[in-house]
Parts: sequence; C-alpha cells; structure tokens
Amino acid sequence: MKKIFANATEALDGLLHDDMLIAAGGFGLCGIPELLLQAVQDSGVTGLTFASNNAGVDNFGIGILLETRQVKKMMSSYVGENDEFMRQYLSGELEIEFNPQGTLAERMRAGGCGIPGFYTRTGVGTQVAEGKEHKDFGSETYILERGIFADLSIVKAWKADETGNAIFRKTARNFNPPAAMCGKVCVMEVEEIVPTGSLDPDHIHLPGIYVHRLIQGEHEKRIEQRTVQKKETA
Amino acid sequence: MPWDRNQMAERAAQELEDGMYVNLGIGIPTLVANYVGAKDITLQSENGMLGMGPFPFEGEEDPDLINAGKQTITELKRTAYFDSAQSFGMIRGGKIAVAILGAMEVSEAGDLANWMIPGKLVKGMGGAMDLVAGVGRVIVVMDHTNKHGASKLLKECTLPLTGKGVVDLVITNLGVLEVGHKGLHILETAPDVSRDEIRAATEAAIV
Repeated sequence: MKKIFANATEALDGLLHDDMLIAAGGFGLCGIPELLLQAVQDSGVTGLTFASNNAGVDNFGIGILLETRQVKKMMSSYVGENDEFMRQYLSGELEIEFNPQGTLAERMRAGGCGIPGFYTRTGVGTQVAEGKEHKDFGSETYILERGIFADLSIVKAWKADETGNAIFRKTARNFNPPAAMCGKVCVMEVEEIVPTGSLDPDHIHLPGIYVHRLIQGEHEKRIEQRTVQKKETA
Repeated sequence: MPWDRNQMAERAAQELEDGMYVNLGIGIPTLVANYVGAKDITLQSENGMLGMGPFPFEGEEDPDLINAGKQTITELKRTAYFDSAQSFGMIRGGKIAVAILGAMEVSEAGDLANWMIPGKLVKGMGGAMDLVAGVGRVIVVMDHTNKHGASKLLKECTLPLTGKGVVDLVITNLGVLEVGHKGLHILETAPDVSRDEIRAATEAAIV
C-alpha cells in the first residue's frame, strides 16, 4: 500500500467532514502540521473539534481555522496567544474544554492504545475534577479521565521513510506521537521522505503502523518567542 | 530588608541537591537556574526535554528547540528529548524531584491557586496541575502580599485551585515557610525581618 501523497490536499481527500474530531500535534507553534492545517482550511469543513495543546496564533497554526470560523470546540491546556480565539471564546462562539497538559497527552496516548479511561491524581480538588468519577487507591484519591479516539490525526515529523517510520527533531516531537496514535486515520507531514532502509530501525520514534498517509513539504516553522543572549565581545 | 526577586531565587536554589531533576516555572522560578552553582542539576522542560540549556546566541535560534514558555533555548551534552505523554509520565510518576512555581494564593493546608482569576481572561492551566500533583516536592516562590498589601498566604484560597494540599515550602520576600499539619511554620526570615512582621503580614495560621 502506497502511503505517499503529492500534497496536503490530496492526502486529506475523503477524510474530512463537518463536525469531526481532529487530534493535532505541536506545542505552541513548534512541530505543528502547518501544511495539513492549511489544507483543512482550504477544504471548508466546519464545526470541527480539535484536541490540540494550543490554538496557534492569529494567522498561523489552528489560528487560521479560527479566522474562517471552522472550529466549534478546542480541547487544550493553554490558549493564551491568540486574539481572535479570545474574541470568539468570550462571545460564546467557540467552546473550550481545558485539560491539564499531561492529562491531554495521556488521553491521546490512551486512546491510541485502546484504553478508554484511566485514573490520575492530576486535577483532584480542582474544577477539572467536577463531574468526574473519583476513586481511592490506597490513601490517594484519583479521577477518571477518558481516552481520546479521534476521527483523524494530523501530525508533523522531521523525516519519515516510505513506510511512515518517523523521526522527530528536538522539542518538535511534543504532542505529535500521542496525537498520531489516537486517530482512526493519521496523516503525517515531514520535511523529508527518505528511502525505506535508510533510517536506523533502532532510532525510529514512531513506527509506520500509526501513519496512513504521508506528505513531504516546505515548512515555515515560525518562532513564537525569540529569546537570545549576546555573545561576549572579546 | 525583604529579599528581592534574585535573592528569593537564590534562597530557592539552596533547596536543590546535587543530582536532582527539577522543573522551574515561569517568572522568578526561572531565575533559580542562575544560582545552582556547582550542584549537578538537570532541568526538565515539560514540552519534552531533560537537560535544558541557556538561551541561544543571536542567529542560532532553532524553531524546533523551545522551552515550555515557548522561548528559544539550547541543548546540553546530557540532553534527552521525548514526547509529551512520556514527559508527563515522568512528572506524574514522581521522577521529578522538585518543581519551583509562582503562585497567586497558597492556603495554610498547602492548597495552591495559580491558574485563573474568575471574570478575567482564562488562558488555561498548561502543565501546572500535572506538576503539582506529581512531583516529589513543590516549592512556591512569590511575594508575601499582593499589590494591595493583602496576604497571599490565606486560611483558604479564594481563587480556583491548581492543586489541593500540594505545596511543601513557600519562599516569599519576607522569609521561608513550611506547610505543616496545622498551619505554616516559619523556618527562616529575610534579613532584619522579624517573625512578628511575618505574622502580621500573613492571614494563614502560623504555628
């Protein structure tokens, strides 16, 4: 089965529909599937729910789908850097379900591993625990969190071979592996598709079993907060 | 003389021991890294990195290498990268020895509020709830009082909680307080700050 597609639009062909749940990788703007997000915007599907740690910024990342009102709900841990997001959220046009960051990651991982629920201490005694089952193990109280089973995963890796075995680079890995795992179908964009056999099998971060469709493309890789130090002048 | 931001960070650094894996929050906690001295401390960044290095030199920024505050950073020889599920697995699993965080309120029972103010813009809790629930020891570094002069150490938190009974130690500009069974214990005072001054500035029970 051939996994490689010519571009993001072709790779998403037949996979998109209104009111679907999409899991997306990335942390801030680092490691986001920027080409696939653009293709989702171009498709015009609406009523989308995104399981994604953040919501991008105005004009980039998931932010481009907010501008076109294609998103109904976000499942995220932090959404601070987006004016259009805040406007839609405060006016009630956009729903948000805040998840603690580790709970969101584990919900994706669990969904991808066939685990419908798990107990965690995170959030006990806070708003996050309201309405959730509580259970004591030993002397500790835990809450039940549910695995995420997404209709589609869109993720970004650094390199993949033609079978979808993938390698990420530095902190751009972040949510991409768990997001990739929890979708019924996973589409991955990479900076370079390399010949099968050229990656060391011991160095694969995400095995190709999780990757159904694959594209290569040019990435802008925008930096959200450029922080530097000056070189000491001799 | 109450401590300033850097002195609070320096005092917090004294709590760290050789060999520890540590997570530092944004603000004053970030400054703690400047005062670890010769101690062998590995910093975790919860977006997926152990062994966080300093900011890059101008022109050497890498968009694939950021910290949890989304700032560009660098790697060290010891650095390891991993995904978000594993990152919070090591946090939830108690592998991180200490988290040093800022706070808006801390109660005498160690409840922590630092993620939302009702009626104001809510941006989300990020990884704070996972950190306080999972790491071995939670140290809060914050001013003793708010800008109106009211105590930030309270009998009960008024703001929505980040975690219940999670704080172990509080370092303020006035001193160091430990969360005990029936209230806070003053362990140390800033230079020329008396215990009575700390009591007067504190709503929470001090025992």
